[in-house]
Amino acid sequence: MLYVVIIYLWTAILLYLLLGGADFGAGIIEFFTSPGNRSRTRRTMYQAIGPVWEANHMWLIITIVILFVGFPKIYTTMSVYLHIPLTAMLLGIIARGTAFVFRNYDAVKDDLQKVYSRIFIYSSVITPFFLGIIAASTVSGQVDPAAGNFVEAYIFSWLNWFSVTVGFFTVSICGFLAAVFIIGETNNEQDRLFFTRKAKWMIVAAVGCGALVFIAASIQGVPLIEWIFGKPGGILAISLASLSLPFLWYGLENGKPILIRLMAGFEITMILFAATYRHFPNIVLMKGGGYLSLLEHQGQDRTIDALAWALLIGSVFILPALFYLLYSFEKKKPAH
Amino acid sequence: MDDFFAARSQMALSLGFHIIFACIGMVMPFFMAVSHYKWLKTGDEVYKHITKAWSKGVAIFFATGAVSGTVLSFELGLLWPRFMEHAGPIFGMPFSLEGTAFFIEAIALGFFLYGWDRFNRWFHWVTGVVVGVSGLVSGILVVAANAWMNSPGGFDYVNGEYLNIDPIKAMFNDAWFSQALHMSVAAFVATGFAVAGIHALMMLKGKNVAFHTRAFRIAAIFGAVAAVLQPISGDISAKDVAKRQPAKLAAMEAHFHTEEKAPLIIGGIPNEKTGEVDYALRIPRMLSFLAHGDFSAEVKGLDQVPVQDRPPVAVTHYAFQIMVGLGMAMVLIALLYFIALWKKRNWLRGRWLLKLFVIATPMGFIAVEAGWTVTEVGRQPWIINGIMRTADAVTPMPGIVYSFYIFTAVYISLSVIVAFLLYRQIKMVDKLYN
Repeated sequence: MLYVVIIYLWTAILLYLLLGGADFGAGIIEFFTSPGNRSRTRRTMYQAIGPVWEANHMWLIITIVILFVGFPKIYTTMSVYLHIPLTAMLLGIIARGTAFVFRNYDAVKDDLQKVYSRIFIYSSVITPFFLGIIAASTVSGQVDPAAGNFVEAYIFSWLNWFSVTVGFFTVSICGFLAAVFIIGETNNEQDRLFFTRKAKWMIVAAVGCGALVFIAASIQGVPLIEWIFGKPGGILAISLASLSLPFLWYGLENGKPILIRLMAGFEITMILFAATYRHFPNIVLMKGGGYLSLLEHQGQDRTIDALAWALLIGSVFILPALFYLLYSFEKKKPAH
Repeated sequence: MDDFFAARSQMALSLGFHIIFACIGMVMPFFMAVSHYKWLKTGDEVYKHITKAWSKGVAIFFATGAVSGTVLSFELGLLWPRFMEHAGPIFGMPFSLEGTAFFIEAIALGFFLYGWDRFNRWFHWVTGVVVGVSGLVSGILVVAANAWMNSPGGFDYVNGEYLNIDPIKAMFNDAWFSQALHMSVAAFVATGFAVAGIHALMMLKGKNVAFHTRAFRIAAIFGAVAAVLQPISGDISAKDVAKRQPAKLAAMEAHFHTEEKAPLIIGGIPNEKTGEVDYALRIPRMLSFLAHGDFSAEVKGLDQVPVQDRPPVAVTHYAFQIMVGLGMAMVLIALLYFIALWKKRNWLRGRWLLKLFVIATPMGFIAVEAGWTVTEVGRQPWIINGIMRTADAVTPMPGIVYSFYIFTAVYISLSVIVAFLLYRQIKMVDKLYN
């Protein structure tokens, strides 16, 4: 049953990255769009993500619940040492979630819309940035339970070049996912070209940020290259991800929305696989070689069993409903 | 302000904020479903407008409730890591199930809000009902988790270790039913009266009377029925607390000395040093009856509790009095409303009854906040009753006070914006739905 829980944990993280990421990306695209074009972008994106956007964020809740029920030591260690970036991410989530609703449900459309939009756009960038920092910090080996002062314990645990570059990389990935997703939602040629251009830029940005991650890792002494290329699984994942890039580009050039969505989803899955595969089952690496492992720091058996059943039963209800939601809004495009 | 107090304040603030949004998000879908049903049945367009207007409120409150709930799930770890390290695996079951309920709610809300004119009318209606039902279920589950903190079970506590964990037993702890019942009914009372009060105000102002009269009636009936039922669940809760947490009951009642035929103390100023309550009204033997169903039963007082294990008496006592007092006021208004509906139709045309509802607008939510104060402060100094002290659970990270300031600023501004948005929604009823 432990493996059931771990699979759900990984899947929840992946889906949050894919669906929540596309959601954040909507704001990121808006951030990188000239103010004159923003209103059009906004309309298309709102129609595309509106119905599903609350559901997208549930994956984060599921991830957190799995962690604190099943792996309490991991959850509390992260909560203590990554308190500051977690709080920053939370503030981003609050700002973003509320600004999105406020701008769509305010009965009066006036200058306040600009304020909501600005909050939405900035928090859409900040939130995945800190999400990336948090993810990178768990494996960057800077969490130090023996730290003697505030700065070492609660700042240097996450503020380092490696984590920051992974933060930027996460932002670029989210922007890329959103652009790719929205291409299939556009209903005129002009919009399609616009988002295709955005998607290409985001790919360039992601590749660039990816390179920065490797540079930062080597400065920081994080053996990233060895992690990814040290085991056949990692090499395979990265090769497949690279091989899918030309298909993605082809799809973008020739307007094949389904192909590019599949390829984009595949790329991200492979990147997450490569990033997590090497460390499994360790999830938090600490200074001095300590680690927290999914296979050693889990809750007692009865807890894990109950959690696994709750997840299995939950997905029987959730997945069909979620697919039907996505399907019906995909099929019945806005009438106006 | 030290870090421990800051952590407690931040938690209280987050919970106090979340609870209002969660209650409204949980109850309003039911109002919405009723007016939606009436529209589908009668074809009266006004009901459609009410449904749409309310659904915007639901969307706003769902979003704010969802983000503040997300914040809470992180804050449990950010502020109380030592509690979560032990408690997470034990009381996590309701949270795992709540994930499902909440997910379904989010999906159903997607269908409902964006599904106008796209789906079969009755399917669309059902998705609205599902929003309400799954919201209610998730509320019950979260309260069940809180109940575990008051009534820890499902594990053996041996030499500081938490052994033989049984998550199912922990979920169905002794307090889950009475707490969940009391909270769910409270949510209906509070939301019913708040919504009814706002529509009553608009009726008094003579704006869109057809719209507001119908909306008022739906909300008022929900609120009034719940208000009349609430004392029953309150009684169940009181007897339950008397049995499980005598220290909390004693603090609620400012009952310092263990005695038989204990009087019920109403009002008054408790003095924790002398153990006396000044200027209080005492009803002889009533506390014995309320706590144990027997006019001469012995009720444990705070003198039975070691000094270091006593909850703050004054805060708990005042909060409890506020909750009960407001609850009673709402029962009274509810009864007047029922008399008006059944016997005295002419009262409904009078302005005084509407004015009473306007005055009652915030009462339910103040009572809810007071009730949570009783539950949480009354449990102190324990975070897990009798097992772990709150002071031992707090995060080792210093500087929590800054986090408290930031979150206070965020919550205050959110409250202001939401109030402002609702004000605009209500003001625009004229233009949007005529």
